Amino acid sequence: MINILQERERQVNCGTEPFRMDCDKHSAAGSVSQRACVFCGSRVVLYPVADALHLVHGPIGCAAYTWDIRGSLSSGPELHRMSFSTDLREMDVIFGGEKRLYGALTDLIGIYRPKAAFVYSTCIVGVIGDDVAAVCKRVGAEQQIPVLAVHSEGFKGTKKDGYQAACSALGELVGTGPTRDIGPRSLNVLGDFNIAGETWAIRRYYERMGLQVVATVTGDGRVDDIRRAHGAALNVVQCSGAMTHLARAMKDKYGIPFLRVSYFGIEDMSKALYDVADHFRDAAMMERARIMVREEVTRILPEIRRLRSGLEGKRAAVYTGGAFKAFSLVRSLRTLGMKTVLAGTQTGNADDYQALRELCDDDTVLVDDTNPLELAKFIQERGVELLIGGVKERPVAYKLGVGFCDHNHERKTCLAGFEGMLNFAREVHATVTSPVWKLIRSSRRETTAAPLDQCGHDCGRCTLPMCCGAPVPPANAVI
Amino acid sequence: MSADCEAAVTPAALEVAATRNACKLCTPLGACVAFAGVEGSRTVLHGSQGCATYIRRYMISHFKEPIDIASSSFAEETTIFGGRDNLLKSLANVTRQYHPAMIGIATTCLAETIGEDPAMHLRGLPDDGLVSAPIVHVSTPSYCGSHADGYVAAVRAMVAQLAERGSPAEHVNLFAPMCSPADLRYLKEIVREFQLPHTLLPDYSETLDGTTWREYHLIPPGGTKVDDIRRTGSARASIEFTHVASASETGAAWLEEACSVPRHRLSPPIGVRKTDELFHTLESITGRCTPAPHAAERGRLLDSLVDGHKYVSGRRAAVVGDEDLVIGLAVFLAELGITPVVCGSGGSSGRLRTAVKSEIPDKAAEIAVCQASDYLEIEEEVRSRRPDLIVGSSKAYGLARKLNVPLIRVGFPIHDRIDGNRTLHFGYRGAQQLFDRIANALIESKQDSSTVGYAYM
Ligand code: SF4
Ligand code: SF4
Repeated sequence: MINILQERERQVNCGTEPFRMDCDKHSAAGSVSQRACVFCGSRVVLYPVADALHLVHGPIGCAAYTWDIRGSLSSGPELHRMSFSTDLREMDVIFGGEKRLYGALTDLIGIYRPKAAFVYSTCIVGVIGDDVAAVCKRVGAEQQIPVLAVHSEGFKGTKKDGYQAACSALGELVGTGPTRDIGPRSLNVLGDFNIAGETWAIRRYYERMGLQVVATVTGDGRVDDIRRAHGAALNVVQCSGAMTHLARAMKDKYGIPFLRVSYFGIEDMSKALYDVADHFRDAAMMERARIMVREEVTRILPEIRRLRSGLEGKRAAVYTGGAFKAFSLVRSLRTLGMKTVLAGTQTGNADDYQALRELCDDDTVLVDDTNPLELAKFIQERGVELLIGGVKERPVAYKLGVGFCDHNHERKTCLAGFEGMLNFAREVHATVTSPVWKLIRSSRRETTAAPLDQCGHDCGRCTLPMCCGAPVPPANAVI
Repeated sequence: MSADCEAAVTPAALEVAATRNACKLCTPLGACVAFAGVEGSRTVLHGSQGCATYIRRYMISHFKEPIDIASSSFAEETTIFGGRDNLLKSLANVTRQYHPAMIGIATTCLAETIGEDPAMHLRGLPDDGLVSAPIVHVSTPSYCGSHADGYVAAVRAMVAQLAERGSPAEHVNLFAPMCSPADLRYLKEIVREFQLPHTLLPDYSETLDGTTWREYHLIPPGGTKVDDIRRTGSARASIEFTHVASASETGAAWLEEACSVPRHRLSPPIGVRKTDELFHTLESITGRCTPAPHAAERGRLLDSLVDGHKYVSGRRAAVVGDEDLVIGLAVFLAELGITPVVCGSGGSSGRLRTAVKSEIPDKAAEIAVCQASDYLEIEEEVRSRRPDLIVGSSKAYGLARKLNVPLIRVGFPIHDRIDGNRTLHFGYRGAQQLFDRIANALIESKQDSSTVGYAYM
């Protein structure tokens, strides 16, 4: 029997009780949260800036675990795929790590000649008292490149605070580059990370509409593009959390308006393009968007229909980082004829959950910052046949014989845009309709892998020296 | 990284004050692997949330099993007022959710830096009977050592905090270095066939490589029983497999000192001779001779080494990974006639070089050992020595790709293949599988680059 921790009761809503989501909280101690830390939030956002040096100031783990883990592609330099750490040792912890940081930065900038450097503070830097900003300033002056301190000490908040720290660092870059050749029909793509080339797909759509894409922040990101991003006429922000801070800051400072969009699913993708065309009040642009959407949808629809026929009525669970993606996935699943019976996010806020409640069916379970046991509980109780999440959620699904679709930063499949919707449908279909689930369900009993030397045979025919000699249990009926 | 590489590395590279593409992981990860090998156990990382999540993700990508690691979830106040309340609350919450048979606590860098002492906090555990499982705590700051050290420290902590002295019984204790679940299963199979009662600690052969489930298990089945850990103190002997762990700091060392359990220190059973050593030891402990199936397995292995020797003889390899594995594999490669021209590890025991050179004396001059090194430093060495293949974890893939040589995936992590937890390194069977993969990879690369494309050897 799986219980929900008392502290977490208000972070789970089954649709039966009055709605109030107690989100935005620090994870309960001892709960196996699927969340990471402030540092993780910053790293996720800045990671794809491909010509910058990313130096993790701290002990080795924080850097080692984020080495080349994401599918963010670059069309040019690939410095972001390296992992750099100051790898603090005991002496640094005692006497401070500033000297080591200075040396590391100077050496690395000398070797790799990056366009800028981001220095991430991890937890212990926050307590040993290094003046990271001062070191960054000094090295920046000496090396003549922007060296930006990212205040991402893991314990100082949640992943969302990490997004904010990353956005502040980006904000220091914006406004320092030339904007001469930027026209009025221009925009920045914010909050897409070019997983499996998604930013490229999005960029092509906008370009087909006649728009100039100034900077993609941060997918396939370049320091020089970001520096002149303030020249764009519009910021289009994907994902609810990660880059809204930057969009807000650019609005305050440069008066650039922003739109919030999602690129997942036919509905949301088309809406994004129409909203942008709408913003520019340009009939020709709108017409181009319409034609493009029609073309794209016509291209993918026959196959989507075919895939849908195998998926109709199946039950899905969705657990994402941000809330916008959850909305899009619920809609995309509807496009495939599927029903979302559980939806949750790591970082959604109260408004997000209100919107999610309205979007989902009445009996859909909503969870905030859930843990593996709760997921397992609801997957079993609600007969889920597909879980959409990240690597940490995958084993929960597979252990229970449930299909899984990776919708996180590590995936290698493009799921954004129209082509992405088709890939998504294919992936969902491949997993949900795989014949392996039948094999698993038909196996006569759970072959509990009892340690061999304690006689796992439970058959009475065991020849092991330490056979337990237990009588033959009745064979479980085929389910 | 202040590497300790040899010869060919350019002075410029030696001076880089940063670690670039680390060839090690952080200390608590090793403790998490060790604790996962105890039946009914749950791990709490004392510190901030991120470390637990990163370590989980890293382990899940390799083992492809549910790996639940709780965190005491430090917030800003915690670093000021201390982590006592968070720790006690985590223990209560973990108990409520999982009903564990043991709770392992490992500290993260943050907790260590602010001077947390879990042992002291535990004295404040309320006696309301809620948290009744035995608790083992281990100090694992990452700024000292790496995952391999965390693993050894956690094993030692378990015996030191649970083992009970007693009059010697029939069983032996087995302590393996961090290896695959398949290795552990096979090790047990061997010992079982010698009809030797034993306790393997840790035993994650099932917990980190399990079956499918009908119902969700709160904790994956399998693992060393807590009572068996208690009984390690009354074993007739301990066998530990390691080249590099400090002779005084292992679990077997503790048992020898505190409980007078005699200790056999063997090399990890990788390759022919090192596996022979294990079988000889088992023969002398049990007074039985090697069971026929294993003798036959050895025979077939040798037969295949003869069949395939020309394809490997005189070739050169780079071996990269955890120190114990690197030494074992280097020795095995040398047995095959492959020179391990580069042996690299991020581990900092300081014993890698001496071990490799003394184990392979006739090739010592041709082998560059990079100890306490990162991938960039190892790469310099590899580039200058041009091996025909690389044997290492999936993190060596980038290097293999750049040099256009095959990578034989071994050890941890294997993030880009599906069989990380089933990769066998130990014993005759492991040697057989490794040899087949190595020989085939070399044959294949020759075949692929041939203009003729023969379909026979
Ligand atoms: S802080 Fe220490 S324990 Fe945590 S991930 Fe970093 S190195 Fe590992
Ligand atoms: S040490 Fe802090 S910053 Fe690093 S992974 Fe852990 S929580 Fe995150």
